[in-house]
Amino acid sequence: MLVVGRGGVVVGTNDAARSLLLEPAQENTAPNTAEILTAGGRMPRWLAEAHGRLESTGTPPGAVTGEVAGRTFQAHPSPTEDGDVVWWLVEDTDLRLAEQALHSERERAALLADISGALLSSLNVDRCTEVTARMAADHLADAAVIVAPSQGRRHSLTHAQVGGEVTQVMVPIDAGSVPGLAEALRGFPPVPTRWIDPADLPDWVVPPGFDRPIGSVIVTPLPGHGMPAGVLILLRSSTHRAFTDGEEVFARLFAARAGAALSAARLYAEQASITATLLRELLPPRLERVHGVEYAGAYRASQDHERVGGDFYDVHPGADPTEETFVVLGDVAGKGLEAAVLTGKIRSVLHALLPLSGDHQQVLGLLNGALLNSHHTRFATLVLASVRRRADQVRLRLTSAGHLPPLIVRADGRVEEAATSGTLVGALPDVHMRSVEVVLAPGETCLLYTDGITEARGGPLGDQLYGEARLREALRECARMPAEAVVERVQMLAAQWLDSDRHDDMATLAITNPVGGHGSPHVVVDGPADRGPHGKEL
Amino acid sequence: MAAGAVDTTLRGLSDRLWTAVIGRDEPAALRLVAEAADAGADGEALLLDVVAGVQHRVGTEWAANRITVAEEHAASAITDRVIAALAQHRSGPPPGSPGRGRVTVACVDGEWHALPARFLAELLTLRGWQVDFLGARTPTPRLIAHLHGTNPAAVLLSVSIPTHLPTAHQAVTAVQSLGIPVMVGGAAFGADGRYARLIQADAWAPDARAAADLLAGGLTGHRTRQRQQIDDLPHLADQEYTFIRRSRAVLVRQSLAALEDRWPAMRSYSTAQRERTAEDLAHIVDFLATALYVDDAALFTTFTTWTADILTARRVPAASLRLGLDILADQLHDYPRALGFLGAARDTLPAMPTGPGSEVDA
Repeated sequence: MLVVGRGGVVVGTNDAARSLLLEPAQENTAPNTAEILTAGGRMPRWLAEAHGRLESTGTPPGAVTGEVAGRTFQAHPSPTEDGDVVWWLVEDTDLRLAEQALHSERERAALLADISGALLSSLNVDRCTEVTARMAADHLADAAVIVAPSQGRRHSLTHAQVGGEVTQVMVPIDAGSVPGLAEALRGFPPVPTRWIDPADLPDWVVPPGFDRPIGSVIVTPLPGHGMPAGVLILLRSSTHRAFTDGEEVFARLFAARAGAALSAARLYAEQASITATLLRELLPPRLERVHGVEYAGAYRASQDHERVGGDFYDVHPGADPTEETFVVLGDVAGKGLEAAVLTGKIRSVLHALLPLSGDHQQVLGLLNGALLNSHHTRFATLVLASVRRRADQVRLRLTSAGHLPPLIVRADGRVEEAATSGTLVGALPDVHMRSVEVVLAPGETCLLYTDGITEARGGPLGDQLYGEARLREALRECARMPAEAVVERVQMLAAQWLDSDRHDDMATLAITNPVGGHGSPHVVVDGPADRGPHGKEL
Repeated sequence: MAAGAVDTTLRGLSDRLWTAVIGRDEPAALRLVAEAADAGADGEALLLDVVAGVQHRVGTEWAANRITVAEEHAASAITDRVIAALAQHRSGPPPGSPGRGRVTVACVDGEWHALPARFLAELLTLRGWQVDFLGARTPTPRLIAHLHGTNPAAVLLSVSIPTHLPTAHQAVTAVQSLGIPVMVGGAAFGADGRYARLIQADAWAPDARAAADLLAGGLTGHRTRQRQQIDDLPHLADQEYTFIRRSRAVLVRQSLAALEDRWPAMRSYSTAQRERTAEDLAHIVDFLATALYVDDAALFTTFTTWTADILTARRVPAASLRLGLDILADQLHDYPRALGFLGAARDTLPAMPTGPGSEVDA
């Protein structure tokens, strides 16, 4: 407690205030800038200023806060009757320290949340590494290097520095050249964060363009899921203070999150690569013009994010224009990956039976036997077509095995159903079918399709089937259209008919005798991303 | 001057290509562009001024009812092959700088108009980018899976039809959450790109060349990671969009019945004609819902004005459209935003003639 009179003169103090404010000052004759000298003794500048404000405005302010000898105090004024002001000083040093600690903890928690969000957002290894390096450089150090697990004898190094670009290089490095790095890269036994002497650093650790002298270095492992995800090396320049214990703990927390994210990304990349390899054989093939006949297929899996399902098609070109081209489109009971696996088997069997493809009855009989003898309980419906050009005409032999009969679009817009029918395969010991011969004039198309098209449910009034009548109506407009335009139009109308995400697999394959005749050049289309216009994946 | 001569040549080429494409003469179309490329025509001009120009004309002719939907499809298929042939014709790596990065070009789910994106993909390839073209109607999960695998510098999304804007918003947000910047383009975003800003795309380009220029300048990604779709569109809290989307079939059924009641001409409609009318009504509901999503009456009015023109070109009185809007308004009286949009659109359309035999009442 101290009493301050008019003009800011200290007129009275108690023992506690004297020991805090006045006595040290009496030993030291020169007041420092944080204090001012009054007639009755020294007082903190912040208190003197608060007193001055109180006198000039005449209204008592609330408490003011300031520092005295490294401790913080709240000063509460209470004016007395004779015009002096009694300032009660209450120490709040511990409270303030606790608040500061809380604030920095909150900042770290928010930063960790931010970091987790950024790391979790990508399943790409390169991007994850880049994000980790950039965040480490921005929040933990002046520069950061991530050493990825070795690929052969080389390691991918990702360098980042505050405000700079993140760069990646693949170089051979000697893990033994940085103390603790080899153990951290091995991931076992568990190693703590290592402080190392900057003088021991090899050149490859320093980010390109980082020209400040390095003052402190931490090497910390990025723990992965059962295998190391890499090592994080943090660098601080000598002008920056060294890492504190708290910062080192924070770096470990950061490394744990980054390691988990990097491991997840690596696992995803591996799985995606395995899936892509396995799916390659199950994906619908890209179709193109063969011996003057246009073929176009389009496929939409029942699950939009999947790329395969229970429908399939193939075109096996004849060895030369005099040989028949063998076409198949089919539908396996069920959908999804399991059905897709069976389509793969059927496609393989049919491929093996190509030498017999002239005799549809025999091919289907053999396929039926193969399916009955397999452990699959599913059955399939298919349409086979053998196609050969004769002068201006394209001749087809069509056989349906329990499948929807193909539709023929004539040049004048008439739509006919091919008169073929038969039993499905894979269910009964014997199969019977009736084949039909069809001739396509220029501009005419034969469309093979699966029931996913006609059973699309929706429409403007909701909950109606697209149905064969609408399909036929749509095909009337498809006379003289290129094959790919026919399949695209049919797929588009069926897709737009749908009023929900639920639908069956939808496959369409058009065999077209082009308007311009067979003299058109053979165009091999090599579209980017394996997505040429002929084999549209929908 | 040589450039003038080239311009004239290209204009003549455009006319000849148009004749070939619309006549479904694919061999002639392929021959024309191959000859022009052999004669040293500028690759970008050939792609964008000639081929894209012809395709643009196809769209205009369809809107004016001078060609059928089927002809439009056939023409687009030929254009697609012409683009492929042009790409094939380029031998060796494109002359662009080799240091350009990798980008992904795609149309959002539901969008079938692949050609604008295809032109862009080809242009970017010409300018030295490594382009992954995912084609028409790319489901967002597949797009994201692709991005996890390839980590491109940017994603360019194309949307032609405004009703796909909500899907585009979802796709843009999803891509940005990976930390990858997204540029959008296409007729759906409005002539000034206003809907691109609304859904917080990182960039918008009015055409392919502008997109390529912007991309060359570098795109900066969206930094706020915790953003969710609803943050961009607080007006969705009134649930009008949600309700109208969900009730589409019911609204169309009721409107169709009311239309038959109030518009005598419809009673003589065939089943197919009635279904066309139901489809028209479904379109109106879809565009109304989209306008509610972006909270812009102009989106809906632009659609109704365009539809009125199309109907007139097909000899259907535009007044029937106004009646359709009135009927919808009757069913949506609890939805003030929807009512406001319907009213604004209605006022731009001609009224039903009140001649003898008309049973339209006020």
